[in-house]
Amino acid sequence: MGNGAIEILGVSKSYGKTLALDNVSLEISKGEIFGLIGPDGAGKTSLFRILTTLTLPDAGTATVGGRDVVRDYSAIRCSIGYMPGHFALYQDLSVEENLKFYATVFGTTIEENYDTIRDIYSQIEMFRDRRARDLSGGMKQKLALCCALVHKPSVLFLDEPTTGVDAVSRREFWAMLGRIRESGVTIMVSTPYMDEAGLCDRIALILGGRIIGTGTPEEIVSGYPERLYAARGGNMFGILKVLRGVEGVTRCSSFGCECHVSVPEGGPDEKVLLRALAEAGMTGCSVEPIKAGIEDCFMSLS
Amino acid sequence: MRQILSFIQKEFRHIFRDVRTTMIVLVMPVVQIILFGYAVSTEVYNVVVDVVGDMTDPEVRRIVERIDANEYLRIGEVLPSVSEIEGRFRRGSPKAVLCFGDRFDSQAGSGKGASLRIVADGADPNTAQTVTAYLMGVLASEQMEMATALTGSSGPSFSPNIQLMYNPAMSSSYNFVPGVMGLILMLICSMMTAVSIVREKEFGTLELVLVSPVKPFWIVLSKLAPYLVLSLVNYVSVLLLAHYVMGVPVNGSLTLLTLASLVFVGSSLGLGLLVSVISKTQQTALMICGMGLTMPTMMLSGIIFPCESMPAVLQAISCIIPAKWYVIMVKKIMIQGVGFASVAKEFAVLTGMMAFLLYVSIKKFKTRL
Repeated sequence: MGNGAIEILGVSKSYGKTLALDNVSLEISKGEIFGLIGPDGAGKTSLFRILTTLTLPDAGTATVGGRDVVRDYSAIRCSIGYMPGHFALYQDLSVEENLKFYATVFGTTIEENYDTIRDIYSQIEMFRDRRARDLSGGMKQKLALCCALVHKPSVLFLDEPTTGVDAVSRREFWAMLGRIRESGVTIMVSTPYMDEAGLCDRIALILGGRIIGTGTPEEIVSGYPERLYAARGGNMFGILKVLRGVEGVTRCSSFGCECHVSVPEGGPDEKVLLRALAEAGMTGCSVEPIKAGIEDCFMSLS
Repeated sequence: MRQILSFIQKEFRHIFRDVRTTMIVLVMPVVQIILFGYAVSTEVYNVVVDVVGDMTDPEVRRIVERIDANEYLRIGEVLPSVSEIEGRFRRGSPKAVLCFGDRFDSQAGSGKGASLRIVADGADPNTAQTVTAYLMGVLASEQMEMATALTGSSGPSFSPNIQLMYNPAMSSSYNFVPGVMGLILMLICSMMTAVSIVREKEFGTLELVLVSPVKPFWIVLSKLAPYLVLSLVNYVSVLLLAHYVMGVPVNGSLTLLTLASLVFVGSSLGLGLLVSVISKTQQTALMICGMGLTMPTMMLSGIIFPCESMPAVLQAISCIIPAKWYVIMVKKIMIQGVGFASVAKEFAVLTGMMAFLLYVSIKKFKTRL
């Protein structure tokens, strides 16, 4: 194996009859933010639990920092930071007590590693005596990140850190991740939000336990195999119905207030699509070519 | 070491920041011992006894006065006829009625003997039995005196002098205190430990703690330590209450009693840990502890029902309940005041159980999810 921070080779895991991970292979380099993008139930948490040595893979091997997740699990546990998808700190302990507890458990102190967490901790330090259960969602998340960082881990695992967090806090959070990466920490983060994919250095798209695409966000986007159009208009449902009936359209799905139409090379162009809408009696519509986003790629790969 | 200490400190914070947990851990034992010591008593005290008979008859009067003087019995009403007995029982005031025959005094003095009937309320068999026994005692002593007065000598008769060794007053707290001690220590150690570990599983905090350099063995140990400390606090407070409030003696060696309690606490901690390993939610853990530990302990360890009178199958089951052995030991040490040699068997059994339970449960505690 190479010298990536995390190497995953042919990992499979099933719970009873449900196949959670199906022959997953990934390589994550040192010091990058690697995003695992996929909808709920895609297998993101299962993969995280294997990498954080909490569950055993049924097949395949994985290493974190060059150490095997099964054999050297106790060595891995010393060198990683983990933030589970749910709030896993002690609700009845205060902010400071939680942080102190995790610092001590990892054999360090808040003071010793204050530099690592200052950036984030300074934002919640004024609430240090407040019980964790009384914190807002965004503050809980910051505290959890502090606890995961307090021992200067070399690899940070963040399982859906931004789920249920407001847009402003999400942006702040990603800015923090960028600064953490600068200190040399490898970050593996999972998210169901496609718009966050562009903030990662590299991403992997996961669906039904299988990796359906990896690369930088640009690579993924440029790898989109077809032409894409955005159709707008008053009657979204009508537009969707009409365009799906047009010959040569591979896929047509709604994205917020517009409708993305995927057409293979040589298929109908925007004029054809617009004409089809007009013929169906839909006026005031517009159709224009657009660049594919991560979500479009996800749709085409799935 | 600092890691373990901070773990234990955290555990104490959990206990004392949750009012319910604090109450269970510190108040429940005191309430239980007082409840069992006073309210839940099998002793009869101040029981009302009615009389049917001629109150002008001197012998009847003497007997009635004797009964009234007895500290356990009290004379209620004098009923005009036996037909009113049932009505009185139904209203629930007397527990027994003493019916004297006609011309009781003269008949008793003659050779034919007088007739006397005790009617007791069988709806409550325990009390009925005790009350009749008391009445019989009163009557027997009266009879003795009568015989002496008539013949001038006590004659060729005998009366057994009953003595209850170790518990002369037949106080039921002698039975309940050891039982409650067993129950409390088991509840604190097993239930609280199981719930506290399963809570971490349920809230997902265990996940985060496992992904740390602390070895699972130490995690388990630091989970057990606070409950060990608390159960010792309870042991001391229950013992003090039992001795100074209930008047239960501590005849044997206090060191031996403490040692036995430690072994019992150890086996209860093992049981709690075992429950936490097999249950996924706090509710399951509580159910298992309630139905699987507390109930059998109450029913089968001899706290309420004597083991000897159980069917063979239940007796066999009772042998695998640690509390049974502990309660036997406590009774022997506290009340009989025996030394180690007399409880060696029970001690060995309990130590074996402790070793087995702790070994299995620590071995079973998963290093992963």
